[in-house]
Amino acid sequence: MIDLSINFGGIKSPNPFWLASAPPTNSGYQVMKAFDAGWGGAVWKTLGVPVINVSSRYGSVDYRNTRMMGFNNIELITDRPLADNLREIEEVKKYFPDHAIIASLMVESRTEWEQIIKDVENAGADGIELNFGCPHGMCERGMGSAVGQEPKVLKTIVEWVKEAANIPVITKLSPNISHITDPGLAAVQGGTDSISLINTMKSIIGIDLDSYAPYPIVDGKGSNGGYCGPAVKPIAMHMLKDLAQHPEISKVPISGIGGIETWRDVVEFILLGATSVQVCTAVMHYGFGIVREMEAGLRQFMEEKGYGTIYDFAGKALPNVTEWKHLNLKYKVIAEINADKCIGCELCYISCEDGAHQAIALSDDVTNRIPIIIEENCVGCNLCSLVCPVEDCITMIKTDDGTEHITWNERTLNDDIPTTFDDDRAGGKGHFVPKPTDALKK
Amino acid sequence: MAEYKPPTTEAEFKKNFKQKKPLMNATEAFYESSRCLFCYDAPCIKACPTQIDIPLFIKQIHTDNVTGASKTIFDSNWLGNVCGVVCPTGVLCEGACVYNHQDVPPIQIGRLQNFATNKTINSEKNIFKVGDSNGKKIAIIGAGPAGIACACEARTLGFEVDIYEAKELPSGLNVHGVAPYKITNEEVLKEVEYLQKQLKFSIIYNTSIASKEQLKQLENDYDAIFLGVGLGKTRELRLEGEDKEGVIGAVEFIEELRMKHHKLVVPKRVVVIGGGNTAMDAASESARMGARKTVLTYRNSKDNMGAYGFEYDLAISAGVDSLFNVTPIAIVGNGKVEGVKFAKTEMIDGNLQTNMKNVFVVRCDLVIKATGQAKQGHLYDLIDNLDAGNNAIIKVNDETFQTSNPKYFAGGDAINGGSEVVNAAYDGKMAAQGIHSWLNK
Repeated sequence: MIDLSINFGGIKSPNPFWLASAPPTNSGYQVMKAFDAGWGGAVWKTLGVPVINVSSRYGSVDYRNTRMMGFNNIELITDRPLADNLREIEEVKKYFPDHAIIASLMVESRTEWEQIIKDVENAGADGIELNFGCPHGMCERGMGSAVGQEPKVLKTIVEWVKEAANIPVITKLSPNISHITDPGLAAVQGGTDSISLINTMKSIIGIDLDSYAPYPIVDGKGSNGGYCGPAVKPIAMHMLKDLAQHPEISKVPISGIGGIETWRDVVEFILLGATSVQVCTAVMHYGFGIVREMEAGLRQFMEEKGYGTIYDFAGKALPNVTEWKHLNLKYKVIAEINADKCIGCELCYISCEDGAHQAIALSDDVTNRIPIIIEENCVGCNLCSLVCPVEDCITMIKTDDGTEHITWNERTLNDDIPTTFDDDRAGGKGHFVPKPTDALKK
Repeated sequence: MAEYKPPTTEAEFKKNFKQKKPLMNATEAFYESSRCLFCYDAPCIKACPTQIDIPLFIKQIHTDNVTGASKTIFDSNWLGNVCGVVCPTGVLCEGACVYNHQDVPPIQIGRLQNFATNKTINSEKNIFKVGDSNGKKIAIIGAGPAGIACACEARTLGFEVDIYEAKELPSGLNVHGVAPYKITNEEVLKEVEYLQKQLKFSIIYNTSIASKEQLKQLENDYDAIFLGVGLGKTRELRLEGEDKEGVIGAVEFIEELRMKHHKLVVPKRVVVIGGGNTAMDAASESARMGARKTVLTYRNSKDNMGAYGFEYDLAISAGVDSLFNVTPIAIVGNGKVEGVKFAKTEMIDGNLQTNMKNVFVVRCDLVIKATGQAKQGHLYDLIDNLDAGNNAIIKVNDETFQTSNPKYFAGGDAINGGSEVVNAAYDGKMAAQGIHSWLNK
């Protein structure tokens, strides 16, 4: 029996699928519709002193035929009066008492924090999320990422909030920082009940080639936006991993955010330690209905793997994410081309030839377009298998017998690493490299 | 199977001859171009007689550089727009696309090519540059694809160019011979106009070069002459009754159709003789003009037909019936065609033999002979030392396209006996370069 419900640092939710604080949670209408569609929680569009927004707010990076692979926005926090939002929170809670409504907040002074916390508690919010992440607009006014980038300030505000709040507090972090563990630790030390990340990244999404203005264009000018969508997922997962592996920070639960769109993304975030996930861009692209695919996929995965709750596999990938120095230098894979599947595009050849290690040759017979792996030159880099357009045509075959294991760390301890510029122990010493002039014969 | 009513208006004609490769819209081009794998040493380029850098122009389309894509296309093929739709891409570039090995539909290269060039032509953007004048002049006989390509290339090399054309429209078979569901006259003429406007070569229409005196005059007035004369009328079959009313050559039939559209009257029963692509076109066109019964007849088996499989399928899907291993022995009728008398044939020891004991008549009101065009041998005889072999196919140097008479160069159907538009476009271009290097020796 699969139970998707979670208790996220004191916030209960029927499933781990939450809407991130963003345009899809701007109103009670949207949140009600989302809950009805299957979402377990929603982090309300950030409340504070209402702003004035600009017209033309979003931009996107399209890759080939994929729209919105990356997405950015210059929209600020809510522009609706607090009273309207509070009334709607109350109303949604009435219809969905078991769903999680988290009020995202962003204000300046301690008095304001205390006031607004009381207000959202009275409205029935299940938790609070502190928006220390917005990297556009609000940060110019000393809020959002301006706080997320100053661990000391962040800690102080978390302390104020914790002192005032009776409901759980999530601290949402900004990725616009060198070490995510600095604000992460500050939040934990300030007493936060949990963390969520990532907020958006500072970005220029593109430049219009006629008006020379960055998108989204507001009357001939633009500003940096916050970048999100599928493109930021790898960055988000790395930061999640950093927090989840940290001995202090990992004591609080983490809500994963950043490019999540499918059940696979959800599972990956959970495997890296997230116990709730938040989604925005994918909903802005496809609507609330995507949660059906996410839930069905997650259930299927759990059923196949025999998990009863997400806690059964949360963080399961963490032990395998290690430092480079602990990787086995004796492990060896070599590319293998399945001639029956090869369609002869020769992309593996040219990518290896020009972009890697000249370990793939073409046949002397011009009618035969199936490339040949030169095993002794192959370093097992994977590039050919990545560019190959045919599923399972190029596979990386393990060639070492698994009996040897030595890491950079161990070699360092054994004093067996290259130390001079021309050290004989250089890894590439003896590896085949064509003569520079051979290039001209091609 | 489609059933066509005889078209009585231009709109009905257009409906019956719906374009097989309709113009893509920008969205479709965007998605289709995204599928290109950008193969190394791309097989599609190798399969193109003009070696267009296909992956490059596809990438250019995808990055919204349509003008750049058109430049890439025209750089290799002066008839890039027409070729995008009339080329048998299934056996050329698209047939070579590696996706075929994956059972994935190949990239629609032809339609993408047409999309780019069509857009550029309609924009009237200047993308070509006439070369600095080299003071030399070239006469081109025939404003078909080979002649037009030769003229364009020659202009970029700085030659003055005059094309002499027997008919009143340019581009040869593109307007007179290609099936109307492959391309429209407007589209063909628009491309020639686009090229001519920028490259400024002259075309002298309604001027057939058919006498020794005319040739001598050209030899005096020009530094080199390019023969892009194509093929002539449909060959005589020398059948009993061939002179009856209602017997027409396929080339002549298609030309009439291309010019008259719905005003051409096609009777109820039609017999098409031949197994090549022109026979398929003629049969398909007859059915689309509303003939109740069109029978395609070929003397050998289906497998031995010269036509591409997809052309045959197209004719069948238009409602054409076919008869194989039958050879015509006489046209019957009283002044007017009433039928064709056929004898069965069979392959015996590798030879096709006619069985005169097995003879039957197929009733019809029109016979279309698609049994090959005559060569322009009468013209070649007038040119000194022109080697056209014994089959009236001009012999040229593979690289320079120079004939045995050094002043003459040739390309297109005149040197290959009848092939694709794209081959003619390649020949014409290369011949201009051949002329250039010969005159600069």
